[in-house]
Amino acid sequence: METIIIFLVGILTAVAIYLLLSKSLIRVILGTAILSHAVHLLILAMGGLKEGTVPLLGEEAESYVDALPQALILTAIVISFAVTAFILVLAYRAYQELGTDDLDEMRGVNDE
Amino acid sequence: MHLLIFAILFPFLAAALIPLIHRRLGPLNIGWLVLAVPFILFGIFAWQIPGISSGDTIAATLHWIPSLGINFSIYLDGLSLILALLITGMGTLVILYSIYYLSPTDSLPHFYAYLLLFMGAMLGVVLSDNLLVLYVFWELTSISSFLLIAFWFHRKNSRYGAQKSLLITVFGGFGMLAGFLMLHTMTGTFSVREIVSTIGQYSDHGLFYPAMFLVLLGAFTKSAQFPFHIWLPDAMEAPTPVSAYLHSATMVKAGIYLVARFTPVFGGTSAWFWTVTLVGLVTLFWGSFCAVRQTDLKALLAYSTVSQLGLIMSLFGMGSAALHFGDGEAGAVYGLATFAALFHLVNHSTFKGALFMVVGIVDHQVGTRDIRRLGGLMAFLPITFTFAVIGSFSMAGLPLFNGFLSKEMFFTASLNAAGLPAFSAETWGWLIPVIAWTASVLTFVYCMIIVFRTFFGKHQPKKLDKKPVEPPFGMLVSPAILSILIVGVFFVPNLLGDHLLRPALNGVLPGITGAAPHISAWHGFNTELWMTIGIIVVGFLLYKYLRIWKKVYAIIPEGWTFNALYNKFLESLEENSNRLTSKYMTGYLPHYFAYIFGFFILAAGGTLLLTGALSIDFSTDTPIPSYEVILAVVMAIAAIAILFVKSRLTSVLLNGVLGYSIAIFFVLFRAPDLALTQLVIETVTTALFLLCFYFLPEWKPEAASKNLKIRNAVIAVAGGLTVTLIALSVRAGNLYDSISSYYENAYELAGGKNIVNAILGDFRGFDTMLETLVLFIAGIGVYTLIRIKGGKETRKNED
Repeated sequence: METIIIFLVGILTAVAIYLLLSKSLIRVILGTAILSHAVHLLILAMGGLKEGTVPLLGEEAESYVDALPQALILTAIVISFAVTAFILVLAYRAYQELGTDDLDEMRGVNDE
Repeated sequence: MHLLIFAILFPFLAAALIPLIHRRLGPLNIGWLVLAVPFILFGIFAWQIPGISSGDTIAATLHWIPSLGINFSIYLDGLSLILALLITGMGTLVILYSIYYLSPTDSLPHFYAYLLLFMGAMLGVVLSDNLLVLYVFWELTSISSFLLIAFWFHRKNSRYGAQKSLLITVFGGFGMLAGFLMLHTMTGTFSVREIVSTIGQYSDHGLFYPAMFLVLLGAFTKSAQFPFHIWLPDAMEAPTPVSAYLHSATMVKAGIYLVARFTPVFGGTSAWFWTVTLVGLVTLFWGSFCAVRQTDLKALLAYSTVSQLGLIMSLFGMGSAALHFGDGEAGAVYGLATFAALFHLVNHSTFKGALFMVVGIVDHQVGTRDIRRLGGLMAFLPITFTFAVIGSFSMAGLPLFNGFLSKEMFFTASLNAAGLPAFSAETWGWLIPVIAWTASVLTFVYCMIIVFRTFFGKHQPKKLDKKPVEPPFGMLVSPAILSILIVGVFFVPNLLGDHLLRPALNGVLPGITGAAPHISAWHGFNTELWMTIGIIVVGFLLYKYLRIWKKVYAIIPEGWTFNALYNKFLESLEENSNRLTSKYMTGYLPHYFAYIFGFFILAAGGTLLLTGALSIDFSTDTPIPSYEVILAVVMAIAAIAILFVKSRLTSVLLNGVLGYSIAIFFVLFRAPDLALTQLVIETVTTALFLLCFYFLPEWKPEAASKNLKIRNAVIAVAGGLTVTLIALSVRAGNLYDSISSYYENAYELAGGKNIVNAILGDFRGFDTMLETLVLFIAGIGVYTLIRIKGGKETRKNED
């Protein structure tokens, strides 16, 4: 199962990179969102899948799945949400100010 | 704390105190307080003279990074003592002089803080035994020199001169550091004394000569040796007390000190002898040649300093031959050059210091230092005139002044070196006294220019800003003391020779006895005296007919001077780096992403392949139920579909499909907390996307060229592949045990049965707290971006 998940991670990463390389700001943001999906799956797969029961100690099980990746992912989900929200609003504001979401037109002015 | 360590730290402490106390002083000039620092230090070092002259040395160590062999170790021998006395003695006189020289509108706290910084750094250079500590202090002197040259930073020339001096001296300093590291590689120690005692066995080592030339690079740049001398004339933009102190008496002597200090290490080899001697002689000649044509008195003194530094340098080169012969008669004969070098080092500080102060007085009292506007000042500034005569005649090597003694010794040493029975001196050795004599003639000429063009001739009151009068008494004290020393040393030279120069000689040429002579002014009518008489005759004639032969200077075209080359080099450096940077810093986000992923693929993927870490092993995999495969296929299709859909609404919904599928995977993979969080977050994110789309423009099809799309696709696929391969390799190998079992004691350790929650809320609680801080900051960012108006106006202000 891990191998399938890893291949899925590879596909998601490739899609995310392709989106990040595009000119439109919205596609770039979408790319970051997909990249974080890929990373979450990757972390989970690295810890090993289904090698025990849910990490709740009351279950009286023989073994539990690795809880540490889950904790890391939980943090990552929240942070990536914050980042996505911020750059979405940044894109909105940039469009308001500049009238475009094309990165080619957003190049900074030369400072000299 | 040892007294000597305190001596180094004292100026730094005083510099740190200046900003605290200067406001409370009222009308009192802060210079009077600062004056106490070098004065006390001079007393401390003078107190060491009897001990050092009887052959003692003092060492002290403060452990700094002992594991790396870097200790704050201090070593005081005769050589260090001479320089320490110069630094503190000249420091006292210069600070006294500066109190009257600087105007109260100058920023005095800055000036004195920089000056003290320099003093401490310079003491550190001459007292350090550890090479790395020496290097740190060495660069600190460059930095404080930079600050002092740029003291009047509103002038363009000051900034130019400061930058030039910093670039050249720090460039040499880096070379020196590399040389030090090579020495450490060879000998395994950073201590100069230990290197001196063990270097004998490494003279065949491959790094021996590279280390020598790199150390010399540091010394030559610092001491303004040809062709690095170009920074010194531009450094004259500094206030005159700084020129007198740093750029003639002390800092530029650091390079000479380095050469002297390393003579026991590298001396005795042919390469050291010829490099140091020839560079010194060329500098001596070129400096005096350039000095004659100058019209600015300070520029003239700058070139004369370059020239005199070359003289001292060449003497250290000649003296190093003594180590080739070892202790004995030959060693004593050639060791005389080193003694002369040390003697002239002291003499130069006295007469050049006095001359700088004289020029400063002229500039201060008359308003110009241009010799075309000066003349006839003897009647108005008789005392200053006296000092000028004493300083100039001493520099010219005339009797009754200390310069005569060391100049005669210089001739003796150059005649000795011409007949050196080693280092193939038979063929070219005769050049040494010839260059020495020619340069001395030119030295005589510019010394006459200083005296006669400034103080004799016709007074031209119309060309002067102020009516010349003698300066305040305080300004005359320092040059007066130096003038007394100049004359005094001539009459009692052996007081200096026995107590300071002889012990210093032991530091430069260890094991050579009998090289220190009894100094006397009269040796009968020998070759040296005839050389001096020749200088006076020829020099006088050259001075008289200066206008005729001055056309020689037009031979070198303007574009080919070293200054022009330096400027051209700097300009093209700036231009090319600008061009290079603007080539890849395009301001276009996709380019930057391409660099990042390209680097990631090459570095991570390349390492994976090259190191053979790639390995795939499916044996540890868990079984694969069919519904999970279906879910994975759905996700893959949804992801790829995002690339091709025409409507942005569809793409966001497909992103939602990905998010919710992951939530299902979380359920399947026994992660209920994750699944819950993912569901909530995915819903909010999708809503946010849709909300923003209301304000954003329609999704335009990518108008990129086919080539660009292929390039992006290649990067994307390669990136995905790299991640996949790394992940597979990680799965296959298990280098370390998992640390997760620790957290299975969550109930005992943290009192929580949900392990994930216990980790977040307790084990890594601090982390989680900071995470909420990140959320908070993002929230503020979102709020600000939406609410704050008027971005265009603020941008205008920035322009």
